Amino acid sequence: MSFELDEIDVIPESWTRSHLLDLESLSTEEITTILDTAGRFKEATHGCKQKIDALSDHTVANLFFENSTRTRNSFSLAARRLGADTIEFSSSGSSLSKGETFIDTAKNIEAMNVDVVVVRHATPGTPHLLAQNIECSVISAGDGPHEHPTQGLLDILTIREHRGNLAGLTVALVGDIAHSRTARSNIWGLRKLGAHVIVCGPSTLVSRRWEELGVEVAYNLDDILPRCDVLNLLRIQFERQYTRPFPSVREYALLYAMNGDRMQRAKDDILIMAPGPINRGVEVTPDVADGPHSVILDQVTNGLAVRMAVLWLVAGARER
Amino acid sequence: MSNILIKNGRVIDPSQGMDRVSNVLIEDGRISAYDVKVEEKPINGSMRLIDATGKIVAPGLIDMHVHLREPGREEDETIRSGTAAALAGGFTSIVCTPNTNPPMDSQGTVQFVQRQAAEADNCNVYPMACISKNRAGEELAEMGTLVEAGAVAFSDESSPVANSELMRRALEYLLMFDKPVLNHPQVAELTADGVMHEGLVSMVLALPGIPAEAEDVMTGRDISLAESTGGKIHMMHLSTAGSIDMIRRAKTRGVRVTAEVCPHHFSLTDETLRSFDSNFKMNPPLRDSDHLDACIAGLTDGTIDVIASDHAPHAVEKKMRELDQAPFGAISLETSLALVITNLIQPGHLDWMTALEKMTINPAQILGIAKGTLQIGSDADVTIIDPENIWTVDPEKFYSKSRNSPFIGKSLTGRAETVIVAGRVKFERGS
Repeated sequence: MSFELDEIDVIPESWTRSHLLDLESLSTEEITTILDTAGRFKEATHGCKQKIDALSDHTVANLFFENSTRTRNSFSLAARRLGADTIEFSSSGSSLSKGETFIDTAKNIEAMNVDVVVVRHATPGTPHLLAQNIECSVISAGDGPHEHPTQGLLDILTIREHRGNLAGLTVALVGDIAHSRTARSNIWGLRKLGAHVIVCGPSTLVSRRWEELGVEVAYNLDDILPRCDVLNLLRIQFERQYTRPFPSVREYALLYAMNGDRMQRAKDDILIMAPGPINRGVEVTPDVADGPHSVILDQVTNGLAVRMAVLWLVAGARER
Repeated sequence: MSNILIKNGRVIDPSQGMDRVSNVLIEDGRISAYDVKVEEKPINGSMRLIDATGKIVAPGLIDMHVHLREPGREEDETIRSGTAAALAGGFTSIVCTPNTNPPMDSQGTVQFVQRQAAEADNCNVYPMACISKNRAGEELAEMGTLVEAGAVAFSDESSPVANSELMRRALEYLLMFDKPVLNHPQVAELTADGVMHEGLVSMVLALPGIPAEAEDVMTGRDISLAESTGGKIHMMHLSTAGSIDMIRRAKTRGVRVTAEVCPHHFSLTDETLRSFDSNFKMNPPLRDSDHLDACIAGLTDGTIDVIASDHAPHAVEKKMRELDQAPFGAISLETSLALVITNLIQPGHLDWMTALEKMTINPAQILGIAKGTLQIGSDADVTIIDPENIWTVDPEKFYSKSRNSPFIGKSLTGRAETVIVAGRVKFERGS
């Protein structure tokens, strides 16, 4: 069975964005609007299992210039759950080899009467450039190491579901902060909602400058662990590093892997999150990843809900 | 050739320490007299009168760092379009960089550039030639032959000389020709994949950084080599507090080092990259406000001798790319003077005399060319500046072939109004 649109509230007057490019530029109210909308979509579709006719007669194009499986499938399924048609375009690297710029590629896709373009690209700022150069809505599905706004939102939605409120919580992002788009989107979103954010990892991958933005910087996981309500364990982005920033994976795992021993010293109700794909044994051991504190699979479901909400909101704002 | 009488302008000539209202007479392509009474000179077919009341009459401006792109990248700029842009910006003499294709490492290429410049017949063009063959940083180009062909300075430009031994040889070898080495001080290992200044903004945007120390490390090396060899070194487009301070200290020891700063480095910071607009992508990168302040302090206290534009045209399609794939550089010949007036003179960082010194006699002396002066008998290269003209940077009005300016849409004050090269009016701004 499929639900009707009127089961979802109309788009709030305060939502005016026809693009979602990052979380840095969003207000607290806008973030809350997305989270609330995602919550309602999730409820109305019984956990994103059913369809809702919110974007029928719409077309969503997935424009992926960088490899992705889970995010692309999540956006694609979210669009179809809303009743939209989808176009899939993926090209690893870019269309450079054919001599076409990514803006030309996007304009070609847009010409197929597309309403929303979901873009992933290895270069920071590419969604922003696209939004300036094409007419339809643009949603970032990750621009290199810069931001991954829907990942940040689904992480926050997951925490909110388990804790009700973000304010006052201590959330540690552990790992390769320098190259993590998940980290940046989380930092902006969590800070705006009142959480205390710690970035923790090797000093070559965690800049002291984050302190200038009100973020706590830590190099020793064991020191901060007892204070943390949430740990978000980020993957080491080997593919984005120019020279290896730490001596060995073994040493990294010794210093930062979340394992059973460390769980003993954590809060009883700690939430363990990971944006995936996870390197088992590097940032998290299997007993923790699959253990009772892990909400890693909740994150996947919430990804669908957040992406449905964002697709609906930006398309609605553009038509208004 | 007609003669010209420039009436009632405020003549500012740093080479003579002159700053007074005067009438300047140009005869046979040279400055021939001051304080000429207008009624004593018949204004007719062979004598033109230019009323410069309220205007500044300066020696023709010199820009010693211009990418003309020809030969090799005529889609970005040609010698004809680049020299037209120079005139519109108030420059009567420019030095063009050797990172062409083929590079200017042989007499033939230098002569080609000179011929194209002569045919364009806009402003004076002085070639900068390569330090090393093919700019490969391995063996010296034939510098003696290149000097004979007309090269006024040597640089491998965008490929900084990494090999210290080669740099030392170049400084030593050029001693006998008394020509300067120009270097873009930057250590390649520290800047791989770098797109912008490494700092808070690059951290937030997750764009690969070009740290300040990449410039500082090589500046330190170059000063040491100039000091030990006695050679003449000129540091191109300095952008960091550290490198400028090293120049300051080296000068007090008497090292033959000079330095330049570009208008964008005293006008813009790395905050502009938040737009992800590749027109703000340059090398050296736009840095933070501390470095910007250091550039201004260096200009004010005389550490920085020269203001040069580093005019770097790129065709629109090359800049319409992802930030990491777009090339570095901005066009600046047509905004340079206005930025000096708007951002240095108006706020009181420099007076007119000092500002013009860095755009006239100082570069002329570094290059060893008889330009940048209004002394009687010298070539009549004159720039008449309207210091009050408020204008908006409009990409459609550039004489340059390219449009990659970071100042598009900005309101600036001051502009060249009339530009005279060797006694001929080569540019007049229409009202």
